[in-house]
Amino acid sequence: MLAMNYRGPKRVRIDEKPMPEIRHPEDAIVRVTRSCICGSDLHLYNGNVPDTRVGTTFGHEFIGEIVEVGSEVTKVKIGDMVLVPFNISCGKCHFCRQGLFGNCHESNPEATAVGAIYGYSHTAGGYNGGQAEYVRVPYANVGPTVIPEGMDPDDAVLLTDVVPTGYQAAEMGGIQKGDTVVVFGAGPIGIMAAKCSWLFGAGRVIIIDQYDYRLEFAKNYSQCEAYNFKTDMDDPVLFIKKITDWMGADVVIDAVGAEAAGDAMQTITGRKLLLQAGSATALHWAINSVKKGGIVSIVGVYGPTDNLVPIGNVLNKGLTIRANQASVKRLLPRLIEHVLNGVIEPKKLITHRIPLEEIADGYRIFSAKLDNCIKPVLIPPSAR
Amino acid sequence: MENTPEKFAHIKGWGIDADPKNDPTYPMKNRLNLEQTGYSWDRPTLQAETVEVLHSNERPNLTAVFGTALPPSGLSGMIRRWAFNYSENEYRHWLPLIIADRVNVVEGVLDDFMHGKIPNIFSEKGYPAEWKHSRGTLIAKMAGVAIVSTAAILLLSGKGKKKKRKTWLKPIE
Ligand SMILES: NC(=O)c1ccc[n+]([C@@H]2O[C@H](COP(=O)([O-])OP(=O)(O)OC[C@H]3O[C@@H](n4cnc5c(N)ncnc54)[C@H](O)[C@@H]3O)[C@@H](O)[C@H]2O)c1
Ligand SMILES: [Zn+2]
Ligand SMILES: [Zn+2]
Repeated sequence: MLAMNYRGPKRVRIDEKPMPEIRHPEDAIVRVTRSCICGSDLHLYNGNVPDTRVGTTFGHEFIGEIVEVGSEVTKVKIGDMVLVPFNISCGKCHFCRQGLFGNCHESNPEATAVGAIYGYSHTAGGYNGGQAEYVRVPYANVGPTVIPEGMDPDDAVLLTDVVPTGYQAAEMGGIQKGDTVVVFGAGPIGIMAAKCSWLFGAGRVIIIDQYDYRLEFAKNYSQCEAYNFKTDMDDPVLFIKKITDWMGADVVIDAVGAEAAGDAMQTITGRKLLLQAGSATALHWAINSVKKGGIVSIVGVYGPTDNLVPIGNVLNKGLTIRANQASVKRLLPRLIEHVLNGVIEPKKLITHRIPLEEIADGYRIFSAKLDNCIKPVLIPPSAR
Repeated sequence: MENTPEKFAHIKGWGIDADPKNDPTYPMKNRLNLEQTGYSWDRPTLQAETVEVLHSNERPNLTAVFGTALPPSGLSGMIRRWAFNYSENEYRHWLPLIIADRVNVVEGVLDDFMHGKIPNIFSEKGYPAEWKHSRGTLIAKMAGVAIVSTAAILLLSGKGKKKKRKTWLKPIE
């Protein structure tokens, strides 16, 4: 089968690889019909996630058809079209049972601080991902969800990560009616977080990025204010103070993570020298631009070591920090409803449909933000 | 100003998920306090360990299910095994893993050669797309690479050194 093949920092290609096999009675094999490239893949692509082995197939956002099931699989059957949450979760451990499906304790032996994620290095379990024609899906009784009748596959594939993550970013903000919410990052995640902030009753939503085309999109799609931190301001924190009556925002969402731009010191130490677990520029700005007693919600991903952030200000301002990998399975019932009712229209984020075979170009386009790219979807030959 | 649904009528779904009970773990965690009973759940069927799988020393065992992609091998594998002697709390765990990743890249190139394949780095890096959508950036990048490599070659060859020294010293002479 064709599968993406990581060869080293910023080097990927498509290769013939052996078909995945059932390794556990709760496994299924899925024939992928759509997969995406995500901002999280960029941390891998840039070589910044420890234990990313050469030869790995990335891809944690995918949908497809069940083509084989293990002996203990009862909840899905061959022929079902499913969307597969990006977290691999057992459904039985204490964390899964409490709804923390992104923090399962029975799927990632390599690290206790991270749950298991498809195609996300050995630090996240050593699984191959869905940027391929076929993929092994463990715990098939728990993760895969049959795509509801009438749902567009492009909407379905964004329910595997982007929609739940954007939604959880807003949810973790504990937004109360009338709150001012600032979102750093106008990628798919930030755009969705801004959109979902309204669902929780935000009174004002402001998004900040460095790309005008993304800000323009966010302004329309998320119906929010949008500013460019490179051209509209010198100091983002001061700017936010000024436009919030010198108070700061009630809630600030970090939807940027480790690849943040905007501060040379953070970029050099975090992204070039890897002395920190990525560049923490957006998180730094978030902590400093939120109101006293406010809430910082982090969905932007950082590595497992340390980051330079003004933790003293977290203390002195009495901030609440809430963060996690999205718990996709917990949120799916509500979000499927929102999509079917047209409250959220995920597929509008898709700007590029790229044949799986052209994956190297896809990564370059998404990573360098070429051709006004927001969200690229990869289509394997069998689904075209 | 009142935050009434009328005010936000233009935003579909405004306020429909508002929840005053939203406390630091609610609703992310359905607090059952199960953890208080320790590592005590009914474990899923255990996957057979058919390949070498490294596990964090912050847990006693492998998880019930795990990935079997790319077991550790070669020099990078030796470094990875060593790294797993240390907990996730230690740089001695993470830094060697990053070094192993870089070693693994060289192993990958050698492996390609051994299979009679010369990696097409230009296409692996997606430069064709950059050529199409941002030609200027790619040309600047390539020019940078060319300048740096020419300078390196000149500096490494005695000839280059002499030439440079001459021009630099000239004004002082
Ligand atoms: N927690 C989760 O479950 C989860 C799931 C998916 C993605 N993520 C993370 O969310 C983040 C965003 O993902 P994405 O797919 O939207 O990526 P993306 O690369 O498309 O978007 C990131 C955006 O942030 C902008 N940016 C860079 N520096 C900034 C700064 N200092 N301030 C404001 N904006 C800045 C970039 O210009 C870019 O538009 C990534 O870190 C990704 O790993 C987390
Ligand atoms: Zn993702
Ligand atoms: Zn679990």
